[in-house]
Amino acid sequence: MAAPAPPAPSGLHQLLATREIIITCGSGGVGKTTTAAAVAAMAAAQLGGKVLVLTVDPARRLATALGLERFGNVETRVPPELFTAAGVQPQGELWAAMLDTKESWDELVRAHAPDAETREAILANPLYRNITGKFVQSHDYIAMERLYEIHRSGRYDLIVVDTPPTRNAIDFLEAPERMAEFFSSRLLRWLITPARSRLVSAASKPFYTIADRILGSQFLADIAEFFVLFQTMYDGFVERADAVTRTLSDRRTSFVVVSTLEEGPVREAQFFMTELRRRELALGALVLNKVLPDWFGDDAACEVATRLTNEPDTAAAALTATAPDVGEPEQVARVLREIGQSFLDYRIVATREREQAAELGRHAGVVVSAPYLDHDVADLEGLLALGRRIW
Amino acid sequence: MERPPRLELLERRLVFVTGKGGVGKTSVAAALGLLASSRGQRTLLVEIDAKGALNDVFETGPLAFEPREIAPNLFAMAMDTEESLKEYLKLQLRIPLLARIGPLAKSLDFVATAAPGVKEILTVGKIAWEVKERHYDLVVVDASATGHVVGQLAAPEAINDLVKVGRVRDQTRWMLDLLSDPAITGAVVVATPEEMPVTETLELVDRLEAETQVPLAAVVVNKVLPELFGRGEQEVFDRLCGPALADPLAAAAGGRVAPVLDGARLAVTLRRTRAEHITRLRTQLPTDMPLLYVPYLFTRSHGVRATHNIADALGAELGY
Repeated sequence: MAAPAPPAPSGLHQLLATREIIITCGSGGVGKTTTAAAVAAMAAAQLGGKVLVLTVDPARRLATALGLERFGNVETRVPPELFTAAGVQPQGELWAAMLDTKESWDELVRAHAPDAETREAILANPLYRNITGKFVQSHDYIAMERLYEIHRSGRYDLIVVDTPPTRNAIDFLEAPERMAEFFSSRLLRWLITPARSRLVSAASKPFYTIADRILGSQFLADIAEFFVLFQTMYDGFVERADAVTRTLSDRRTSFVVVSTLEEGPVREAQFFMTELRRRELALGALVLNKVLPDWFGDDAACEVATRLTNEPDTAAAALTATAPDVGEPEQVARVLREIGQSFLDYRIVATREREQAAELGRHAGVVVSAPYLDHDVADLEGLLALGRRIW
Repeated sequence: MERPPRLELLERRLVFVTGKGGVGKTSVAAALGLLASSRGQRTLLVEIDAKGALNDVFETGPLAFEPREIAPNLFAMAMDTEESLKEYLKLQLRIPLLARIGPLAKSLDFVATAAPGVKEILTVGKIAWEVKERHYDLVVVDASATGHVVGQLAAPEAINDLVKVGRVRDQTRWMLDLLSDPAITGAVVVATPEEMPVTETLELVDRLEAETQVPLAAVVVNKVLPELFGRGEQEVFDRLCGPALADPLAAAAGGRVAPVLDGARLAVTLRRTRAEHITRLRTQLPTDMPLLYVPYLFTRSHGVRATHNIADALGAELGY
């Protein structure tokens, strides 16, 4: 019998306290990496236990702050002194690792290859190097794979994952299924049959004839050789991909969607949240990032700004009459007009943002907003400051 | 080595627009297309990711593989590797089994997962084909984001290296000729003045140079915030923010001014931090790299109106 589901969380702190895996998703440029690191830092500071943030490609200064520049794929502990320096006595430990696609694939091959000879043959194969290095889809799967591996090791109480910049977030969700499907395919079976018998079957199957004609039989032979080698890892792979998929829908796993309130990211977030529901995956929270402050919505301030914009000379004259030190009336008028106009400009954006936030918020139980910060988060202190705003 | 003099951006026949996710590369691609078409160039806009983003900036309804004229001289299409393959088979192999190509394309789509570069080559190949056949004066591609675009643009070369014989190899030669010719092809990288987009832009510029043969044509800095104050005005503003002036200022303005001042302070801070990132970008790019600036748009929405505004800004930057 399934264990009862954890209670619905009322804030990020409760969500993080009741889950083992948090996966942050969202389109590029919305602050996914920083958000993932910030909530992980908060969890380590306040909830205790061993917390790992698994990031994909953090800004350089953030990587430095987390001690990732030297270690990368290997998990490294963020020194507790950094917490103390930030004025926080951490309850637990914060660890960090950065996904290295190539290295992770190599590890996977080493783990599943039946013998040393096959292992070396695969690692040396040009196709393998192309698949893992140059071409696009391998990133999504390997991130998932690495998450699974670390989770299964039981070394951490909580793992916060920053997802790769996929073409769309669904690619990431589908990566393990696609991998399993691929390894079970009819096509793969055909590719790994010896070239001679393939030619025989080609006579009756126009598809294969065409494949040979387009790609050239030598290329097909190269691919076939590669997959013959890879086939030795078939069972391990399919089983692994299934397990990874199960991990996603485990009740200990929760997704956190990160979005700014710009048009593109909002649309992507909306699409992604719908897909999560369709797949019965748990949407834990929505983090709205870089949100303009509330006071742009202040109607009285808007009236003042409008007046300053339309009649700056009147206001400047009245002001310089009582406070002549402030400046020449013409110059004061220009400044007043400028700040009035600026307020009205930003108010347009802020109003649009509020509508977007209301629209998006309908999908999620927990919705938190992080303000527009005037500098990029570059150290633990900054991460904790951001974390506190959304906690 | 002396670089050849740079061509005007829109004098080329193929322009790839890329950049980190979220910087507005679709808007910039759309605006370039709009600009070119309004100057009389028969222009094709290609959406690679099929996310419907081009539809959003033009509000024209979903796009298909078959190009559709969405404005005078401006055609738009959505890439579809299956359709691209069907077209390729029809054109190149004259396969008489058209009816059976549907399921065949599906299976081949599957090979694409395994055989590296097949999907990429079907994408780049279709685009290059349109350029080669001169169906348009200019093809503008809303290309993949930073993480994927290098693999995509390097696909013909990679295939050329991997595939020793066969039809596909025959095809990559002319594609490479076309893609590597700075008189024909150019990549435009879009950045916003923020830390990560600038860092990624600099990295992408290096990678395009090192790993592909596609020449870089320009960098577009999008969402540039306006400078609020001119000479001496910042001091006036600082005095206005002082507590001594709170009451007289409220009296003069007819209400509480604090939120308006806060707003201006935020605007000044954002502008200042962004300016630092622009400086970093400018100093680290090759000195002869054209930089085009597009202002931040304080607009109600991001539809076709905003696209026209960006096109106007780009037009002004290009000296039209």
